Amino acid sequence: MSRPDQATPQPSTWPESAHSLEEAEQGHSLWQDAWHRLRKNRMAVFGGLFILVMGLASLVGPTMVTHGYQEQNLELRESPPSTEHWLGTDKLGRDLLARVLYGGRISLTVGLVATAVSLTIGLLYGTVSGFCGGKVDAVMMRLVDILYALPFTIFVILLMVFFGRDIRLMFLAIGAVEWLTMARIVRGQVLSLRKQEFIEACIALGLPLHRIILRHLAPNVLGPVIVYSTLTIPAVMLLEAFLSFLGLGVQEPMCSWGSLIKEGAEIMEEAPWLLIFPGSLFAMTLFSLNFLGDGLRDALDPRASKD
Amino acid sequence: MSMPTPPFLKIRGLKTHFPVEKGLLVRKTVATVKAVDGIDLDLNQGEILGLVGESGCGKSTLGRTILQLIEPTQGSVHLNGRCLTELKGKALRESRKDFQMIFQDPYASLNPRMTVYDTLAEALLSHQSIPKSELSQRVGQWMNRVGLSPRFIKKYPHEFSGGQRQRIAIARALVVEPKLLIADEAVSALDVSIQAQIINLLARLSKEMNLTMIFISHDLSVVKHIADRIAVMYLGRMVELGSAESLFDHPRHPYTQALVSAVPIPDPSRERTRRRMLLPGDPPSPMHPPSGCSFHPRCPHAADACQVAFPEWVREGDRSIACSRLEVVP
Repeated sequence: MSRPDQATPQPSTWPESAHSLEEAEQGHSLWQDAWHRLRKNRMAVFGGLFILVMGLASLVGPTMVTHGYQEQNLELRESPPSTEHWLGTDKLGRDLLARVLYGGRISLTVGLVATAVSLTIGLLYGTVSGFCGGKVDAVMMRLVDILYALPFTIFVILLMVFFGRDIRLMFLAIGAVEWLTMARIVRGQVLSLRKQEFIEACIALGLPLHRIILRHLAPNVLGPVIVYSTLTIPAVMLLEAFLSFLGLGVQEPMCSWGSLIKEGAEIMEEAPWLLIFPGSLFAMTLFSLNFLGDGLRDALDPRASKD
Repeated sequence: MSMPTPPFLKIRGLKTHFPVEKGLLVRKTVATVKAVDGIDLDLNQGEILGLVGESGCGKSTLGRTILQLIEPTQGSVHLNGRCLTELKGKALRESRKDFQMIFQDPYASLNPRMTVYDTLAEALLSHQSIPKSELSQRVGQWMNRVGLSPRFIKKYPHEFSGGQRQRIAIARALVVEPKLLIADEAVSALDVSIQAQIINLLARLSKEMNLTMIFISHDLSVVKHIADRIAVMYLGRMVELGSAESLFDHPRHPYTQALVSAVPIPDPSRERTRRRMLLPGDPPSPMHPPSGCSFHPRCPHAADACQVAFPEWVREGDRSIACSRLEVVP
């Protein structure tokens, strides 16, 4: 029997490779591919831009407008939009533009901070649970199941009632409720990745554990996590608005979009602009975040990728 | 009298049992799957062993157990005089450069978010330090060596075909210059035309590097092409071991005979007259293996004695067969 190496003679010395990294053809990473797909998605791009503008406006806006958000002018109560007050004034004569921008700042901050809290807890919890597996995983996930079963809105309301209406507490409360889904998503991802052969190949190579987690596990978990985070922000903002609407959110003279909508709804027959402006801005922001999240999901979905 | 040289890879009484657990919080072991159930094997340096058997017979588990990717339940593995089964933690990690693996699915065995350069450089740097200037040179050389152009080192796995990816996986396993390589169904996921290329590449590299290799496959004709010796596994145990050609030409164990008779002949006229030996029934569950010789329920030559004890090994020349009914087996 002829051995295969005799059947196909190969050069005994391989050509000296004079290729440097610079000469190599540039490949396209999955991130780059995702970015290309995202840029083609008009709604997602529009959503992203809108959020960018909204974020910038609420960041610098309150300092740019001539009226402070708590500046009262009792002679101009519930005045319709004018050249002086572009969006009109509320029942205490405060400039609605300033209040809407300031409210956006609070709402977006709640959305971002609470999502960041849930992301941190969920990522850590999910990775540990998924990577350890076995009994650790079973116990950790049963705990999540139990917390899931609690009526979380009542939980947040109770927290607010007992500990007072502190905005920092609200970040914590919402974040503490929202991390459950994140933990499940991360755990599921890690669980399936851990069984992948490239992780096994890392172990076979003798790579240290922290390197496997940071270089191999994390970048592959990131896609779904980014998508879910983008979709958590509007959910959290809605929850905050809901709490504010119930009067459990931010306190006067501070305001959020939720509390502005609540005030507007109370007197919408006399002064509809007080409901229309904060309401439509809030709705637009939620739409934009959801469009962006959907776009990201389509762009990052591995099933849509080239292989 | 000269001392016989000890085998390069020595496996003794290797067992890997998986507990089957039930229960929500308090888990009880209700059964064990005996995936690998007592394997003895000696390999010389530079030898290529083909390991065949049907799906679920424990081939892959045996491979992973030898490489300490799965902890054995019992038994020992010695590589070049060193006991691998006793290594733990850092010592195990550091010794891993001596034994590497090539995986079945080239689509799953490469990190999709790392370029070929990153993947190979990581492997190169895992057990040695190489200056950065030399690193790209070394990666490029290895690309050449596995038959890929170094121009592609900045590409990502999804930009390659299955065969090309398997070449990358081979390079990753070999850059650490291992002494033992286990190829777990390394070509099963590839087209037949690509299979031959990859097998030839593996054969050439193993010769150049004096690799000891265990080539796991369910495809006898693939194994025959590359292996020096072939081991046949059935339900966690080895049933026949012999040199590749003779085992293929004159299988002795009834199970091997059935396997060999199932290999199609690429000649239509001879293929039509090929006699197939069909085995009755399905392979039994490794959770409840039959008593004695685990092949007896499907064996055409089984006798009552076969149900009692696992047969003694019989040596015929360079062949070992685990069958007690060899006198009646044609």
